[in-house]
Amino acid sequence: MLVNSGQKQAQPKDFVAKKVNGLAPSGIRRFFDLLSSMDGVISLGIGEPDFTTPWHIRETAIDAIKKGYTMYTSNAGMPELRKELARYLMSESKINYDPDDELLITVGVSEALDLAMRAILDPGDEVIMTDPCYVAYDACVSLAGGIPVKVPTTEERGFEVEADDIESAITDKTKAILIGYPANPTGAVMSREKLRRISEVAKRHNVLVISDEIYSKLTYGVEPVCFASLPGMKESTLYLSGFSKAFAMTGWRVGFAAGPKDIIAAMTKIHQYTIMCVPIMSQIAATEALKSGEAASLEMVQDYNRRRLIMVTGLKEIGLPCFEPKGAFYAFPNIKGTGMTSEGFAEKLLTEEKVAVVPGNAFGACGEGYVRCCYATATDEIIEALDRMQRFLSKHRKR
Amino acid sequence: MLKEILRILENDPRASPKQIAIMTGLSQDEVVKLIQQAEKDRTILRYKTVINWDKVGEEQVWALIGVKLTPQKDVGFDSIAEQIYRFPQTRTVYLISGNVDLIVIIAGKSAREIANFVSEKLAAIEGVQETITQFVLKRYKEDGEIIDGKEEIKRQPMVF
Repeated sequence: MLVNSGQKQAQPKDFVAKKVNGLAPSGIRRFFDLLSSMDGVISLGIGEPDFTTPWHIRETAIDAIKKGYTMYTSNAGMPELRKELARYLMSESKINYDPDDELLITVGVSEALDLAMRAILDPGDEVIMTDPCYVAYDACVSLAGGIPVKVPTTEERGFEVEADDIESAITDKTKAILIGYPANPTGAVMSREKLRRISEVAKRHNVLVISDEIYSKLTYGVEPVCFASLPGMKESTLYLSGFSKAFAMTGWRVGFAAGPKDIIAAMTKIHQYTIMCVPIMSQIAATEALKSGEAASLEMVQDYNRRRLIMVTGLKEIGLPCFEPKGAFYAFPNIKGTGMTSEGFAEKLLTEEKVAVVPGNAFGACGEGYVRCCYATATDEIIEALDRMQRFLSKHRKR
Repeated sequence: MLKEILRILENDPRASPKQIAIMTGLSQDEVVKLIQQAEKDRTILRYKTVINWDKVGEEQVWALIGVKLTPQKDVGFDSIAEQIYRFPQTRTVYLISGNVDLIVIIAGKSAREIANFVSEKLAAIEGVQETITQFVLKRYKEDGEIIDGKEEIKRQPMVF
């Protein structure tokens, strides 16, 4: 009940909790509002595959619905899916998870992230994360009562996070290190050696590592390293991933958490009170993806790679220095030479040339001076977008 | 690397040497050279456009003709097939396993045109024992392209 002092009628917004009011709105939203009111926009803004889910996966789900698979499932996820997932993680990452108590199927990796934070954080606990990083990390930690602690990463160091920097950010309040590589928004991939050094820091200070590896299937010319597979790290790593990116299944909302059984049990407890279970048809689709989605997934990766090269080479050619992304589907060009802020650049580019990119500062202060360009877009559109950006740059260079 | 170039071109014959060079990491000169070589040795047969002629009101009649052959002394199937594939009307000629020996795909302006070709040209070839003409009623998919109802990317506006 809200106490009314008698002076003033409570407004609906007064009912909203302070910790929610305190959250910064996603910096990306404003651009999408602008964008949706315009015609002829080429969007390099949305971080989503531009493939529809492979037909055999869709067909399996349609068939399941026809056969009457319309009920709840076990809270942790259908046993068949967990079993298949355990097999998949063994073959992909050489790591053995018990499908009975070390795996949890979640509503996308987003839910897994939220559950992880709620399961491990007490008020005031700190979680170390990189800057820039995926926009939801910060919010998930704050909503769970924790405090996000940012460790800067730089273009000069390939946007990899350094173990020393993490170590200096550790306090007696630090509960976990949250890393997300291959990274959104930079496309950076961490080397095994650098991850190993982080694992040593984690062990030395007794902190949990939460590794969001949603983009791990999308790497180009480099092998992604599964953090939990590093020597001795399985018991102190919570491994999060999902189906959205690898199998073009964003709308199905299926992800998972793999980790020590006590943490998975804690997350499952919250999951069963709040979500109950992931929709059964999505779980059946995900099972099919694991069983026979590999070929389609590889084809998509090859296609992304071609477009990655067109995008990155093109950006450099039009005069925007660009760190070479080795993963995900983002390029993160440096726009500091234009003299504009990230937001100024993105807004002008959208209104003048109808190309939508996401200002880098939406991902943290260290993203200032960069914009995120997603190349999960048709090649023709990427080329047209680059032409428009070139025109934009030469126009603003003259001023 | 040639295979990668061919994969790119098969998907989009308009891809420029410059684009292909970027996508493969080769120089433009190398790409041009490999493509020219592939054209010369007929690895690349032709650059083709898949068209839905219905859209512009152009009537086309297609038929799949099964052809049974009588093996002839000293003349294999290849020689009979050649007499068939030399006709410019035939778009595709395959030797197949099963009930018939050849499948011939032809496109014409009318059923009569195709009937004439079958009765006057095809059936008259020595060694052709029987023809089974099957007219195409509707084309759903051509060369991997769904003709009507191709899916568009139905991205919804969302924030991340």
